[in-house]
Amino acid sequence: MKKSLFALVAFILILSLGLAGCNSSKTSSDGNGKKGGDGGGVMIYGKGGDAVGLDPAHETDGESFIVTEQIFEPLLSYKKENTDVQPGLAKSWEISKDNLKYTLKLEEGIKFHDGTDFNAEAVVKNFERWMNGDAAKFPYYASMFGGYKKDKAHVIKEVKAVDKNTVQFTLKRPQAPFLKNLAMSPFAISSPAAIEKYGDKIGQNPVGTGPFKFKEWKRDATITVVKNDSYWKKGLPKLDGVTFKVIKDNSARMNALTKGEVDLIDNVNPSELDKIKSNNKLQVFERPSMNVAYLGFNTEKAPFNKKEVRQAINYLVNKDELIKNFYNGTAEAAATPLPSAIAGQNKDVKDYGYNETKAKELLKKAGLEKGFKMDLWAMPVSRPYMPDGKKIAEAIQANLKKVNIDANIVTFDWGVYLEKIRKGESPAFLIGWTGDNGDADNFLYSLLDKDTINSNNYSRYNSPAVHKLLIEAQSTADEAKREVLYKKAEKIIHEDAPWVPLVHAKPILGGTSKIKDFYPHPKGSQSFVEVSMTK
Amino acid sequence: MLSYTIRRVGQLIPVLLGMVFIVFMMIRAIPGNPAQLILGQQASKQAIEELTKQLGLTEPWYTQFVEYMKGLFQGDLGMSLKTRNPISDELWPHLAATIELAFVAMIIAVIIGVNAGIISAWLQNSWFDYGVMLIALIGISMPIFWFGLMEQYFVSIQLDLLPTTGREDVRAPIEAITNLYLLDTLIQGNFSQFIEVVKHLILPGIALGTIPMAIIARMTRSSMLEVMKSDYIRTARAKGLKMPLVVYKHSLKNAMIPVVTVIGLQAGLLLGGAILTETIFGWPGIGTYIYDAISSRDYPVIQSGILVIATLFVFINLIVDLLYAAIDPRIKY
Repeated sequence: MKKSLFALVAFILILSLGLAGCNSSKTSSDGNGKKGGDGGGVMIYGKGGDAVGLDPAHETDGESFIVTEQIFEPLLSYKKENTDVQPGLAKSWEISKDNLKYTLKLEEGIKFHDGTDFNAEAVVKNFERWMNGDAAKFPYYASMFGGYKKDKAHVIKEVKAVDKNTVQFTLKRPQAPFLKNLAMSPFAISSPAAIEKYGDKIGQNPVGTGPFKFKEWKRDATITVVKNDSYWKKGLPKLDGVTFKVIKDNSARMNALTKGEVDLIDNVNPSELDKIKSNNKLQVFERPSMNVAYLGFNTEKAPFNKKEVRQAINYLVNKDELIKNFYNGTAEAAATPLPSAIAGQNKDVKDYGYNETKAKELLKKAGLEKGFKMDLWAMPVSRPYMPDGKKIAEAIQANLKKVNIDANIVTFDWGVYLEKIRKGESPAFLIGWTGDNGDADNFLYSLLDKDTINSNNYSRYNSPAVHKLLIEAQSTADEAKREVLYKKAEKIIHEDAPWVPLVHAKPILGGTSKIKDFYPHPKGSQSFVEVSMTK
Repeated sequence: MLSYTIRRVGQLIPVLLGMVFIVFMMIRAIPGNPAQLILGQQASKQAIEELTKQLGLTEPWYTQFVEYMKGLFQGDLGMSLKTRNPISDELWPHLAATIELAFVAMIIAVIIGVNAGIISAWLQNSWFDYGVMLIALIGISMPIFWFGLMEQYFVSIQLDLLPTTGREDVRAPIEAITNLYLLDTLIQGNFSQFIEVVKHLILPGIALGTIPMAIIARMTRSSMLEVMKSDYIRTARAKGLKMPLVVYKHSLKNAMIPVVTVIGLQAGLLLGGAILTETIFGWPGIGTYIYDAISSRDYPVIQSGILVIATLFVFINLIVDLLYAAIDPRIKY
């Protein structure tokens, strides 16, 4: 028995040594390939979760978009640091006077990774595929374009190819953020040939026009994309490839960065910011904020149906303390729901600020000077806008105690939590929002319009005045006019105080000092087309 | 022995069926809608309802159960609700990653644990004995996530000896054949990659192995102490046999039965219970796979994942039972 085992091990060893010789040439060529030319190389990106799938229109999670952004491109794109629209696969566009016809001129001569031509026909096929889908297949499409072909509220009446390189969208009614929607990651264009070929498996076999081609996916471990040598923008991409490596634990991801096993990581714990700053081999990247964290009140439930009570609590939350203690300074105190990266933020709306006396006065006015008991719901999961819901709830609880408000902290499993606050079961709750298309409508209408009660208006805030302004803004094309409308709405919201807007957090990424030309985009994912690495 | 094995495997079927049923009912009893979790916070109510229907979750539970069982009997583990991939495609790579890790952890645990236990028993009440038992106590009570991060900090970053996370050097990826990378690299004859895989296994292997190691050490010690008090050991020593021979030959074999039982149980536990180690070390294993499925209420993945782990667990214990006969010829089946 022992002898035979020994023989087996010896055999395997000899065999492997022999074969190692045959293989050595391959390894060395890999080694050379890795070094690449100037600025090249393979960048390793450490992320906290695996992508769900790689068909952008089907996905809803940020972890998937981080990868699909490299493989696919939408018709339009956002500017590097904000959400203004700039050309993408479409080089120019024209809008008809009645704001119903959008004519887009496409870049010529682009090919998908599988060799299929990119042209107007391909764009039409993509849109047809989405609008004939349903909420299970293309959930984002309905949220941004009002529904599907069969739905009344669907915004797009028709998409047609005018000629080989011109696409025309005809809308049923004006939609102000239409161009911004076209630039969103989910509406990137896939190869029609690949869609046909792979069918339901397209999510594992993505084919786009982007700077990198999909190579391999080892689930929960790595996703590899390699340089698209025939990319349509000359001289790009600079990197030879990107490998996404899943490391779920934040501290372990930080360790991997420190060791140099990964070159860039996202979702750095705010508490580990100093570790990066003090290490001269590393650098910090701050993502401009496109989110808001807030303490919402159910405006239908006593005592939060009284404006005075809601305002009083606004005076009792010390945002500077929260930012110092839980965000390590990587957030801005929020006065309105809109972060500064989004056009329409009203800078004249001033934060309530911490003021115990004013809070007491207001409570007296509401007849609650003796205080009351309440449930305070804390988010069970960590999000960039709320790294630790429970601790933030405890900090708020301590302040409420000062005016005899006795807050009992409650929490649920994430799915249950969302379901319950949507149904209005919670009196006061911590929650937040990350913008989709970078438009004010996506914050104010989605979160605070009477139409979205039972959906994302968890506060069940019902203000006819705000509703009127938001609807008017939706059908106005002039950006300057829209901004004025949103600013008016923000003022009313501030006065009515359905929320305590807490912070706009700036998510932190850490990278090695080799990384050049990387600009984290507010929407949470970005293309690495211009990124390079020095040796 | 053969008929015993067949009987044991036969007993397995009702056990597993019952377990599948209990798991099926339990995950449906906890609140939370998979559709909500798939679509996320931005989703509209209508979208959630539509997806719930499409996923077949509006059917009564017994219809869902019958559908699932029908699939199982045809060897179909179902589809993941979240990724919509066949579970059989996703399950094996994750399981292979965990098997490899658990294998290394058990080798570390058994070699160190058994020897430490033996020597402790041999030198009972010495400083060595106290030291080992103290370390074993610490090993059992130490939080794995803390220990894992400390390993990374000291061994990987400070001493620069081993990689921090993952199964392979992602800059020189391994081509998966069986998904057991130790085996794959050997088949491909790529010895440098084999070494790389071993390097990646050491830290998580130690982290995962500490608790079983401590338990095995304590078990071996107490079992050995009992055996070493018996008459035939005294006789052996009285004959003038050298101490190592007495300990390793005469005592150990007789002390092994409870130790092997513990080893079997621990090995089974590692398969499903490596979640913390897997999370800290970025290990794409079955523990985190099922854990993620639970948090996203991916019912078929939870059901099939637990089924596979339970089957393995039962088989490991069957092997342990058969080993008894090999260790002690007096035992016959």
